[in-house]
Amino acid sequence: MLDNTKKRIIIIGATSSIAEHCARLWVTNKSVDLALVGRNAEKLKKLSMDLKVRSPQSTINEIAINFTQVRDINALVDGLASKGTLDLVLIAHGSLPEQQECQRNLNTCADEMLINGVSPVLVSEAFITYMEKNNTGTLAVIGSVAGDRGRKSNYVYGAAKGLVTRYIQGLQHRLASTKVKVVLIKPGPTETPMTAHLKQQGVKLASVEGVAEDIVKGIEKGKPVIYTPSKWMVIMMVIRHLPRFVFNKMDI
Amino acid sequence: MVKVSSWGQLEHSEHRVSYLSNRDNIASQLANTSSHGLAHGMGRSYGDVCLNPNGQLWSTTGLNRFISFDEETGLLRCESGILLQDIQQLFIPRGWIIPVTPGTQLITVGGAIANDVHGKNHHVSGSFGDHVQKIKLLRTDGSIINCGPELEPEWFTATVGGFGLTGVIVEVELQLRPVPSAWIDAENIAYDNLTEFFQLADDSEKDWEYTVSWIDCLSKQGRGIFMRGNASETSEPVVQSKKITVPFTPPISLVNKLTLKPFNMAYFHKKKYWAGKQHVHYEPFFYPLDKLLKWNRIYGSKGFYQYQSVIPRHVGADAVQEMLNQISRSGEGSFLAVLKTFGNRESVGMMSFPQPGVTLALDFPNKGKKTIKLLENLDAIVREAKGRIYLAKDARMPRDLFEAGYPNLDTFLQYRDSGISSALSRRLIGS
Repeated sequence: MLDNTKKRIIIIGATSSIAEHCARLWVTNKSVDLALVGRNAEKLKKLSMDLKVRSPQSTINEIAINFTQVRDINALVDGLASKGTLDLVLIAHGSLPEQQECQRNLNTCADEMLINGVSPVLVSEAFITYMEKNNTGTLAVIGSVAGDRGRKSNYVYGAAKGLVTRYIQGLQHRLASTKVKVVLIKPGPTETPMTAHLKQQGVKLASVEGVAEDIVKGIEKGKPVIYTPSKWMVIMMVIRHLPRFVFNKMDI
Repeated sequence: MVKVSSWGQLEHSEHRVSYLSNRDNIASQLANTSSHGLAHGMGRSYGDVCLNPNGQLWSTTGLNRFISFDEETGLLRCESGILLQDIQQLFIPRGWIIPVTPGTQLITVGGAIANDVHGKNHHVSGSFGDHVQKIKLLRTDGSIINCGPELEPEWFTATVGGFGLTGVIVEVELQLRPVPSAWIDAENIAYDNLTEFFQLADDSEKDWEYTVSWIDCLSKQGRGIFMRGNASETSEPVVQSKKITVPFTPPISLVNKLTLKPFNMAYFHKKKYWAGKQHVHYEPFFYPLDKLLKWNRIYGSKGFYQYQSVIPRHVGADAVQEMLNQISRSGEGSFLAVLKTFGNRESVGMMSFPQPGVTLALDFPNKGKKTIKLLENLDAIVREAKGRIYLAKDARMPRDLFEAGYPNLDTFLQYRDSGISSALSRRLIGS
């Protein structure tokens, strides 16, 4: 039986570091009904054990699936939706590819476009159908500042995230007259296992705890777009508007 | 390569850093290291115990998951990179507390074990290692050793206080203690000399769980403020005070001749004026400095030395008096000067710092040779009194003093992991 008093939260890509820290905040604030969806069952288990210690009253389930198969996505969403209303869906899965590798190997390029761009769109589309029907809930998707303007050091990842940006814009337009909220999250480079190699190169990274806090607060307020840390809103506005002759001289 | 320094900021040296985050594939990460490595948590030790310049650091702060908690017994299983703060904030409202905590909660559980840290209640609860039930230790050869007070006890006593040299601590079972509230019934008492201090310390041992004192090290007779406390049965609403960050490192130390005397005098008289009984939240009571983030920056770009020794009790008063004399003669001074008696009990770890006696902790801005000279004079006092110096704070003690202070060294070395090395181990053990 579902406990109707608990907020129902679904996290796709739950073992990603940003999602994990959001989950910690959600369970610590209040007991919730949480579904953790990820690729790796063993990692999901560890995450769920941790959250159960933090919040023994919360209901926590793990679901391991493949995010790129339409059949699996449909089965997942149908299964979750059949159990009742969805209050919040966070879509957080993705990977940070080596740009050079994507240029050398079209298979890598295709895989990365699929996991970072196409897959979040398919998952969102599957969930939003139910949310629109119930006229309630929030869909939050993690994009990236990299999606704001293509640049040589990571444009394959940037293009996939840019795809997510356009898609969310469309979704926000479509649902503007409903009670469903759609949130696009654009983190700057954040300190996670995904960016460990960047840290070695001396890149300044934001703390994942701070980023998660911005996301949780932003979702609560129902912001349409969350830049985190917030300074990236200004930085990306400048980068987006730089004239091409200046931009092309930059080594970024 | 990444520049890493310890809390004393005496040097910023290059390290290759790998980030541990999945407790099940650490063995492959350790095996993937070409040179000697060292586990590194929050880097809050003061000297070089957490550094391995030009070598490998295995950062453990990503190992920050709880594994299980037994609400009946208070036994917590967690990964080693969890911060004491994470445990306190989650469990104190649920009626459980870490039995022993040092003056900062921004440290990892693994670091607390490796340095076998102590707190204000040593005479009641011993050191951190006294409350560890089990350690999962990963060796660089890929082997796993599960140890505890009854399970492979030699490995346990080598690892508690073993400053990271016996392997990488991956998982821990920690026994929490029931606590009635998040509050402490505290009392501050001003003392005018060391005799009064020892009297207060002895009188308080029986009825007070927490005892510590701030000492004005510029006063020759050794005046200070004695603080004692017990867990309180009653709670009050908590007003969240905002944390402040020291924004940058000034070129020179802000703790200096001009500032220290008025500062110490003002602090002493303010505390004396407000002495008496108080009801205090546990955070300002245990962790007064945690609300000033990056406070180590106030010592300027050259960093600072901490000097913490423990002196056997029968010579304690004389030795502390002599140290105060030396400090006053040198014209140097210390603000964060802490004087405390340890209880009459042996530590768990072979290389643990606490032993029966009195411990004095001091901080000195780094002024090069002048500071080193003073510390050498203090060494002479510790050597003669047959005391020892705390490794978590040390950046410079001579080898003979280390060997004299830590008689279990030879036994300990049998448990060392040959793939692990630190700046401290190379300085004091030679490899």
